Amino acid sequence: MTIPLFYSLRNLWARKLTTVLTAAGMALVVFVFSAVQMLDTGLRQTLIATGQEDNIHVTRRSSNAEISSIVDRQQAAVIETQPEIALDANGVRLVSKEVVVLITLPKRETGVATNVTTRGIGLQGFALRPQLQIVAGRSFQPGASEVIVGSSIAQRFAGAAIGSQLRFGGREWRVVGHFAAKGSAYDSELWVDADQLQQAFRRNAWSAVVARLADAATLPAVQARLSEDPRLTLDIQSEQRFFEGQSKALSNFISYLGMTLSIIFSIGAMIGATITMYAAVATRTAEIGTLRALGFRRSSILIAFLSEAVFLGLVGGVVGVMFASLMQLVHISTLNWQSFSELAFDFVLTPKIIATSLAFALMMGLLGGFLPAVRAARMAIVDALRAV
Amino acid sequence: MANAEPAVAIRHLSKSYRRGGQKVVVLEDMSFDIQAGDFVALMGPSGSGKSTLLNLIAGIDRPDQGELRIGGIDINVLSESELADWRARHVGFIFQFYNLMPVLTAFENVELPLLLTELNARERREHVQLALDMVGLADRVTHYPSELSGGQQQRVAIARAIISDPTILVADEPTGDLDRVAAEDILALMERLNRELGKTIIMVTHDPQAAQRARSIKHLEKGMLVD
Amino acid sequence: MQVLKLIIGNALRHPLRTLLTTLGLLVAILSFGLLQTVVDAWYAGAARAAPNRLIVRNAVSLVVPLPIHYREKIRAVPGVRAVATSNWFAGVFKEPKNFFPQFAIDPLAYLGMYPEYLIKDDELREFLRDRQGVIIGRKLAQTHGLQVGDTMPLRGTIYPGNWEFVVRAIYDGVTPSTDTTLLFFQWQYLNDSLRIRAPLRANQAGVFVVQVEDAGRAAEIGLAIDQLFKNSPAETLTETEQAFQIGFVKQTESLVIAIRIVSFVVIFIILAVMANTMAMTARERRAEYATLKALGFGPGFLWQLILGESLALAIVGAGAGIALTFPVAQWFGAQMGTLFKSFVVSPETVWMQVICALVVGVLSAIIPAVQASRGRIVDGLRAVS
Repeated sequence: MTIPLFYSLRNLWARKLTTVLTAAGMALVVFVFSAVQMLDTGLRQTLIATGQEDNIHVTRRSSNAEISSIVDRQQAAVIETQPEIALDANGVRLVSKEVVVLITLPKRETGVATNVTTRGIGLQGFALRPQLQIVAGRSFQPGASEVIVGSSIAQRFAGAAIGSQLRFGGREWRVVGHFAAKGSAYDSELWVDADQLQQAFRRNAWSAVVARLADAATLPAVQARLSEDPRLTLDIQSEQRFFEGQSKALSNFISYLGMTLSIIFSIGAMIGATITMYAAVATRTAEIGTLRALGFRRSSILIAFLSEAVFLGLVGGVVGVMFASLMQLVHISTLNWQSFSELAFDFVLTPKIIATSLAFALMMGLLGGFLPAVRAARMAIVDALRAV
Repeated sequence: MANAEPAVAIRHLSKSYRRGGQKVVVLEDMSFDIQAGDFVALMGPSGSGKSTLLNLIAGIDRPDQGELRIGGIDINVLSESELADWRARHVGFIFQFYNLMPVLTAFENVELPLLLTELNARERREHVQLALDMVGLADRVTHYPSELSGGQQQRVAIARAIISDPTILVADEPTGDLDRVAAEDILALMERLNRELGKTIIMVTHDPQAAQRARSIKHLEKGMLVD
Repeated sequence: MQVLKLIIGNALRHPLRTLLTTLGLLVAILSFGLLQTVVDAWYAGAARAAPNRLIVRNAVSLVVPLPIHYREKIRAVPGVRAVATSNWFAGVFKEPKNFFPQFAIDPLAYLGMYPEYLIKDDELREFLRDRQGVIIGRKLAQTHGLQVGDTMPLRGTIYPGNWEFVVRAIYDGVTPSTDTTLLFFQWQYLNDSLRIRAPLRANQAGVFVVQVEDAGRAAEIGLAIDQLFKNSPAETLTETEQAFQIGFVKQTESLVIAIRIVSFVVIFIILAVMANTMAMTARERRAEYATLKALGFGPGFLWQLILGESLALAIVGAGAGIALTFPVAQWFGAQMGTLFKSFVVSPETVWMQVICALVVGVLSAIIPAVQASRGRIVDGLRAVS
């Protein structure tokens, strides 16, 4: 009982310029809509990938970031001796007491001085992060003023080449290797020996303690015990949760701003669709009258015009998502407000983003086409036929 | 359809419009029958109400008063959507400007009313072929209206009108936009439909030559039948 | 006169379409203006900085402090008029989302360098008298409904623990763009507390703010200060306040660039909508344009008609959009609370809105005008009926 879909499609084809312009407006909105989600997803994936699920991450209570956290020797010792902590093949406890400081390095291309997280790790630090691999050179020697550089820092910062010297904490550090950590936040860090970093910055406490649990399920028990211990004023979380939390402020900002803009922009695109569809209805008034006279119901007319508008939205959506998918080639590096340091991440396209973007596009078409379709369906047949 | 019953039975039909706050009477208390198999030409000066009468008979407009039975069905009591379904089954339209969908081919235009039936695609194709054969356009199936002459377009429209085997065919100035030769062609076709297939046709025209082709002529003036 | 009448008459022939198009333009120009204002607000801190103020920070990084005894050494550098400490406090007021900057300062020296903060004399005296007193900006006070005498507990993040403060003064800005979202309290109070709570962290300054006598010698004096501490355990890096602020903003630059790009996307969206309107309109009037040409009007006349109509739509829509930018920006700035220090629509933004509108108006008219003036009269006339 419905007017065939190809009637609607061919009408779009018949007025190509208008269709292209209207769909282009929608495509731009969809591009913004999906690019923002891709950015947010990329940011979150980067930080989630940073943390291991069965690692616990300990910082001072409500310090929110490692650089403002202090865990003293006594507190660190309590953490270290928890019975749930896993042992490595040699029977050594998998614990790394870490010092995190920020240093300033100039970016290679712009020369902008940028905060970079520098992490001093204990001997077990590598074993705790299996995702990390040395891709060039070698690791630092314990006890030496040597530094290894994460892959996105190596790409973007001057003086990060193997063999060159970096100056911070009152001494020279030799770059001896580059590492990659599967797109996690560690890729935006410098790693050195924890003792060396402590000495250079005259610290006698740690910023964080990271340890592997033999069984991830014991986390709540460890958390409960440690938070009751009056000697400790510490936050104990899974490493994954901690790093996820690090993305919150930036992620909120990106998604709120992005959604607000998408909605405002979509008003423009929907107005475009409405104008186009009103014009389509006006020029096809006699056709509408004829279809009604032939026995098609008002609802069929409504559906035919709505499908036309929805298809406009679909075209815009597909084109918009296609352009957005090109954004996967772009890398973003910016200041993460929570860790106060440089963080590099990519635009990540997921099936969910494709689906929501297309749904958003169809919605724009539907809303934009609604009033014109109603007008088409409500026309009196006799008046419509007279409009030849 | 039962033969005893007239194809169209009109009783005390009235219709008026409001134009600029003034009531304009278009049809006043009209009563007459059209027998099945008839070919009636409605004639009269513009404003005489002939087109309004045709619209009422075709079920695309509603009367103010009176009864209107087509093929034994009182169409005044039908709801909006029932009326739409009724039109699909019982009325075939032929318009002055053909009113073909410009984005559909001749074949698809003729097929359109069949989409409102239960027929499957194969049956529809057969019916359409037959109808296009009958109007002499079997070789134009894939052409779009813009690729056809006026006379050819009107034939496509006639094929569309007869495809669902309606009770009545209504034609509003079917030759009004055609040259003499094409007009003769169309009228001959309509005559054939009436004579050979027994189609009941009601045609509005102001062209006396066209009216000559009809079996009977009814003249309207100021909303009333005269003759 | 006739032309103008034709243009206006034509524009009003499809009132709904005209209304929708101008509405679309309004939305686009408005959001473009708001986005530009967001970007401006981002850089506002840097633009406001006085050229005669320097910031001395630890050369390693902003978050590494400097020993407090540097203060006297810096004061002794020739050309330095005043020195004040300033520690970034980063306390949480009620909830983390209520972010606003907080500084522990040397009150008299610091406030003396910032004449743009206006404080009533009696309130200032009260502030100096109360160790736990704070001065807050007008906007901050309004956002949280704070008044002089209210208590203000902060939960420390860099300096752990709960800190109790009392509002003793509220400052106003000299100009609307002055940042009045800040909180200041006495560095001495922070330091005294740290001596008890965390002795190792006492006697440290986050940064020193230095006022020089001659802004022209700022760079030279900065170098002299850095030279002073060369090869000491805590080397310094001195830059003008402006460079300091820009450095901070630069690190978030990729986001700002993204916003800037996006603000032009909306112009393209509306360009598509507007060009479509003009193309549809021109197509519907083919017969009329052909008639005009048949009457002897040249292509120039058609250009005038089409361009005039397009520009008229653009000007009306953009005009309303620009007019609305001001109240909406004010509302938006108020909603954002203390996130943006100042949220003022700049004249540059308005000029850019005007230019965008004119460009959209002209570009939309080009295709239809070319088609109308090139099309053959006979074809056009045939389009009648």
